[in-house]
Amino acid sequence: MTATLTRRETLAAGFGSVLLPATLSAQPVAKPAEFKIGVTTFLSGPASVFGVPSRRACEMLAEQINAAGGIAGVPIRPIFVDEGPGTDHLVGEIRRLVQSEGVHAIFQSISSGSCLACTPLSRELNKVMLLWDCGTQRIFEEARYDYAFRTQGYATPEVLAPLLYLLRKKPDIRTVAVLNQDYAWGRDSWEIWQAAIGALKPGTRVVAEMFPRFGSTDFSTEITRLLALRPDVVFSSSWGGELVTFIRQATERRLHERTTFVLPVAEASLQILGRNMPEGHVIGARGDHWNNHPSPANPALFNGFVNAYRQKFNEFPIYPCHHMAQAVWALKAALEKAVAAKNGAWPSDAELAAAFRGLTFPTPTSTITLREDGQGLEDQIVGLSSFDPRFPFAVPKEMMRYSAAQVSAPAGQKSTDWLKTLTPAMIQSAGTAL
Amino acid sequence: MAEWFQDNGLLLGLALLDGLSSAGLIFLVAVGLNLVFGVLRIVNVAHGSLYAIGAYSAASIGLFLTSLGLPAWASIPTLILSAALVGAILGPLIERFILRRIYAGEEVVQLLVTFALFMILEDVQKLVWGVQPIHHDAAMRWLGTIDVPFGTDFIPFTNYQLFVLPGFAVITLAGLAWFLRSTLTGRVIVAVTTDREAATAMGIDAAKIFLLTFTFGAMLAALGGALSSPTAALVPGVGAQIIVLSFAVVATAGLGQIEGAALTSLMMGMGRSIAVYFEPELEVVVPYIIMVLVLLVRPQGLFGVIETRRV
Repeated sequence: MTATLTRRETLAAGFGSVLLPATLSAQPVAKPAEFKIGVTTFLSGPASVFGVPSRRACEMLAEQINAAGGIAGVPIRPIFVDEGPGTDHLVGEIRRLVQSEGVHAIFQSISSGSCLACTPLSRELNKVMLLWDCGTQRIFEEARYDYAFRTQGYATPEVLAPLLYLLRKKPDIRTVAVLNQDYAWGRDSWEIWQAAIGALKPGTRVVAEMFPRFGSTDFSTEITRLLALRPDVVFSSSWGGELVTFIRQATERRLHERTTFVLPVAEASLQILGRNMPEGHVIGARGDHWNNHPSPANPALFNGFVNAYRQKFNEFPIYPCHHMAQAVWALKAALEKAVAAKNGAWPSDAELAAAFRGLTFPTPTSTITLREDGQGLEDQIVGLSSFDPRFPFAVPKEMMRYSAAQVSAPAGQKSTDWLKTLTPAMIQSAGTAL
Repeated sequence: MAEWFQDNGLLLGLALLDGLSSAGLIFLVAVGLNLVFGVLRIVNVAHGSLYAIGAYSAASIGLFLTSLGLPAWASIPTLILSAALVGAILGPLIERFILRRIYAGEEVVQLLVTFALFMILEDVQKLVWGVQPIHHDAAMRWLGTIDVPFGTDFIPFTNYQLFVLPGFAVITLAGLAWFLRSTLTGRVIVAVTTDREAATAMGIDAAKIFLLTFTFGAMLAALGGALSSPTAALVPGVGAQIIVLSFAVVATAGLGQIEGAALTSLMMGMGRSIAVYFEPELEVVVPYIIMVLVLLVRPQGLFGVIETRRV
């Protein structure tokens, strides 16, 4: 038996398919009983050194927010997904979070590879996606997204700020070596460094480029080579166990006496290194949230967050905890803004996404503005490793703050192109001492 | 060529020194895997977990003893004792309750079971030790450094790296060779490795030998981990790195070949070090290039013997 449509039924179906979605979207959105957030982070593998503390921070903040009545009267509930199994798995998990779990927003991810693979899903799923920690510059430089925003800085300012600081403190450097992990971040950060140093200090010679495989547990050979070469500077954007191992092996063999380390991601490893971290080397925190920040914008909020985390988990929060918190605070600010814009009615996904564009939200240390391309502008604070009696681990001294607008590529420009336009005058003009 | 050596001879010397300690560590882990593979005929992927647990246990016990105020020299015997402890506890447990059930199973089942065990033990490590890096380097610091002349300059090496790691490897090699060739138990293990059926037909208790060998192999893996702990920060996933390299050593050396494992470890350790100096991009692939080249010429491995097909 075959079914046939009459001309009238065909017309009705046609009108229906055109008009129904518009009618549905015009319907008021019901206020949810809870606001579910899908959170992708590393719960397994080496990067769980970032993922687990960030999950703890997220759970702690959710408890605090819910105890205070939620956001716009709605409690929030994070649902965590492990980034460890890889991008293919993660793409499926994000679809599941939206389609089966019914999450209202997604906090995505630590790995740049995860972000590159999963951010395009925001178009397909039409859900707000906050990139809470990944640093790749390619996301917003190579595509435009209506539903995706990054609530923190990114690779370009995170590498450029330590370089500017180094060149101001040690203007006479002539030779550089690199020891980075062999994956996207290690290679990308070196590309940014090379482009920037080529413009800021032309003639600097690269004497060794070493990219040990990701997860290496021994750098003895690389350290011997560095000891023999005696470069003025060793740049390393490594993190986690690899950075700890490198610093311990290097200091035991007194490499730190022959060269200056520049470590943009050092902050997350300083507690583990304790007194093993040598003094006088350039350290970064992928932002401005140092535990010894001398003048946070909101000291009560800053100390409240740090102390609550310390009391609960018996350690200081590291930068992924702050980045996770920034995503939570951005969501709170945007949701409240969107609800206020509708006079208390609950916003649709599109209305919530619109509230993020151009949003400026407060953090304990400063404010972050989400630029028109979705990129967050977060200040960078860099300093020299030193010891302070208040902390059992190294913290920065002689800190300088680099405002995000100074060290980020302008919207619409690729970082590698913009970095080539920098001039040596920027070394003195950028940054303010704290 | 002579000109190249004149320019790079000193660097090559440094590379060979670095390669020694790397080779020592690879050997300790690979020789245990080779022994287990030779006797039990099981590709034990969980060998990497025993390495990791050995490392974590040594660091934890070391940290505990340091907190009690024990002198730094005590860290070195602690490394050996903690490895023995891990092997003696986990080895019999794994062999008795897991491996014994799959000896008759297909190879793919054995591989899946040991891989599952590896995954479970990875999670156990996270449950017990968390995800933040752990380190305890009292042994390395206590032994200090030695300055090796380098032209008009000098290069500090740690004594631990230059003497302890290769030293342990040499002692293990000599001890194993003596044990396998000069003791009754050792000869029985060799007999089972060479021909399991004939050995059991002659009255050798294969189950007992399997248990003994696996426990011994587990101790060697744990010893490798324990000895690496003073130089490396321990994080989730450390076991996965070493196991891949160990498989390459076993395949290149040949089944059950102790001296072959030593020579192959030396080749791979040296090869990686030389690559770091002269072609760093090749560092990761050098061991596998060596493996492929050897297997192309000798498919049974450097020291392996061609097995006759039994009908």
